[in-house]
Amino acid sequence: MTMLEIKGFGKSFTIHHLNKTIPAVSPMDLTVEAGEFVGIVGKSGSGKSTILKSIYRTYLPYSGEIHYHSAQLGKIDLTQATERQMLYLRKNEIGYVSQFLNVMPRTTCRQLVQNALLEMGESKESAKSEAEAALKHFEMDPELWDSYPKTFSGGEKLRLNIAMATVKKPRLLLLDEPTASLDHQSKIKVREMIEKLKSQGTTLVGIFHDIEFMEGLCDKVFDMKDGKIALPLEGVVHEG
Amino acid sequence: MREQPILQVKNLQKKFGEGCQHCLDPEIRQLEKNFCPYCGTIYAVHDVSFDLYPGEVLGVVGESGSGKSTMLQGLYFDIELAAGEVYINEPMLASQNVLTLSSQQKRYIRNYIYGMVYQNPLDGLKMKFSSIGNIAEKMIAAGSRNVGNIEARSKALLEDVHIPLRRMKEEPRNFSGGMQQRVQIAKALSNNPPILFLDEVTTGLDLSVQASVLDLIKQIQRELHISMIVVSHDLAVIRMLADRSIVMLNGTIIENGLTDQILEDPQHEYTQQLVYSLL
Ligand SMILES: Nc1ncnc2c1ncn2[C@@H]1O[C@H](COP(=O)(O)OP(=O)(O)OP(=O)(O)O)[C@@H](O)[C@H]1O
Ligand SMILES: Nc1ncnc2c1ncn2[C@@H]1O[C@H](COP(=O)(O)OP(=O)(O)O)[C@@H](O)[C@H]1O
Ligand SMILES: [Mg+2]
Ligand SMILES: [Mg+2]
Ligand SMILES: [Zn+2]
Repeated sequence: MTMLEIKGFGKSFTIHHLNKTIPAVSPMDLTVEAGEFVGIVGKSGSGKSTILKSIYRTYLPYSGEIHYHSAQLGKIDLTQATERQMLYLRKNEIGYVSQFLNVMPRTTCRQLVQNALLEMGESKESAKSEAEAALKHFEMDPELWDSYPKTFSGGEKLRLNIAMATVKKPRLLLLDEPTASLDHQSKIKVREMIEKLKSQGTTLVGIFHDIEFMEGLCDKVFDMKDGKIALPLEGVVHEG
Repeated sequence: MREQPILQVKNLQKKFGEGCQHCLDPEIRQLEKNFCPYCGTIYAVHDVSFDLYPGEVLGVVGESGSGKSTMLQGLYFDIELAAGEVYINEPMLASQNVLTLSSQQKRYIRNYIYGMVYQNPLDGLKMKFSSIGNIAEKMIAAGSRNVGNIEARSKALLEDVHIPLRRMKEEPRNFSGGMQQRVQIAKALSNNPPILFLDEVTTGLDLSVQASVLDLIKQIQRELHISMIVVSHDLAVIRMLADRSIVMLNGTIIENGLTDQILEDPQHEYTQQLVYSLL
């Protein structure tokens, strides 16, 4: 099944005070099958984040189509979806993780994960136990569960970010350079997390500046340079 | 997914002043911001339309004077609007423009369907009543008669908003701004309204008090599923609370969208200025 089919998608930004339009992504096509892990590579400023943010509607659609196969809403063009439909999909089907943690101040790590579940309508009891399970799963030190993430290290913030996104069991997870500020050890953990998500059937689209690190996991690589799927990069793309 | 909005607002208009030959016709009107330079009439709210969905927090941002409070006061029937339609999706009000109802019916809506937290606590609280008395008054207006029940519910609400019960007999004028806002919130919640209007509830509070009021609003949304319109000129507050937002300027809506989209990919020149000045 095709999970995501991007057709002729392009995006520009108009900055009024500079009286200027910045082209960010020229029209491109990309197809992502259910259960695949597709990497996006390209140099800084080439428009990688713009694609992910446009799928998630953090950026407004500009041109082209983004067809998503929703469990609940059926096939839907995300560039035409209503705000309420996008919010439904964000809550129930599509997750987004970057290296930045954007959360309510003065809310503990544990509460943040629980709130993600409560907002989906889970009961207090199951939110509590699932949140704990997720924090354990992503190896968050229990000492940190009841503290505020403001002071967390980059790796801890990232694990919290991934925990908040994945407790909702998204079908499609968008990863925008989640490993950008991490040391080697933490990156290995992220790789393991992605491996687990993939084995659970999650479809992933991810930006990694060191995509080699995802060797054996990544099914396809989309290269921004020429706007298409790169030939299986030596060692990068998973055979079979 | 065919959802009905709980509140539909269409083409609200409010002006202060009579208008003149230069400004009454919207086609030829040339205002300075929201103000007619010939006759001094202020077009405070102009052609405002939006939907509020069950259980959502809708953010309203805009600079001082953009018409946010006037819009809320119009919705809450504190001031009379010049034109517009408002529909509430409640069985007994189905397809009636509530702006045209009798004052008795409007009172019913204020007592049972709407809750309001004013920008200025003086507008929302009787400063000479005790805090618990303020809540009790609202409950009595909404038909509660059993003194025991009123007292028990008022206490529970004050506890929910973290006002120590030993201070419940005190007049809110003795309280800090943050406490006054929390008493207003308790009062507004006392009749379990499905729709709550919050006007700058965190403005002027110090940061830690702000955080606790924000927390409280989030908790109300999560646990009571009340639909809320949260007005603030502070984009950070809107970002924390609202999934969708509208941006007002000179009485009109210039932009609406998912809150993170408005912050990261603002379309209107004014919104861009507002957002870039944050960075
Ligand atoms: N009773 C009134 N008589 C005359 N003009 C009024 C009255 N109330 C409001 N206005 C004007 O209507 C416009 C909108 O005011 P309003 O209080 O709605 O702004 P606001 O967006 O809530 O601003 P703030 O962020 O400062 O609270 C302003 O130009 C204001 O001066
Ligand atoms: N919110 C935005 N507003 C204006 N321009 C933007 C915005 N986001 C990205 N751009 C521009 O679009 C181009 C692509 O950026 P981006 O997608 O972030 O690249 P990448 O993620 O590949 O580094 C750049 O020229 C960038 O400056
Ligand atoms: Mg990027
Ligand atoms: Mg105001
Ligand atoms: Zn005039």
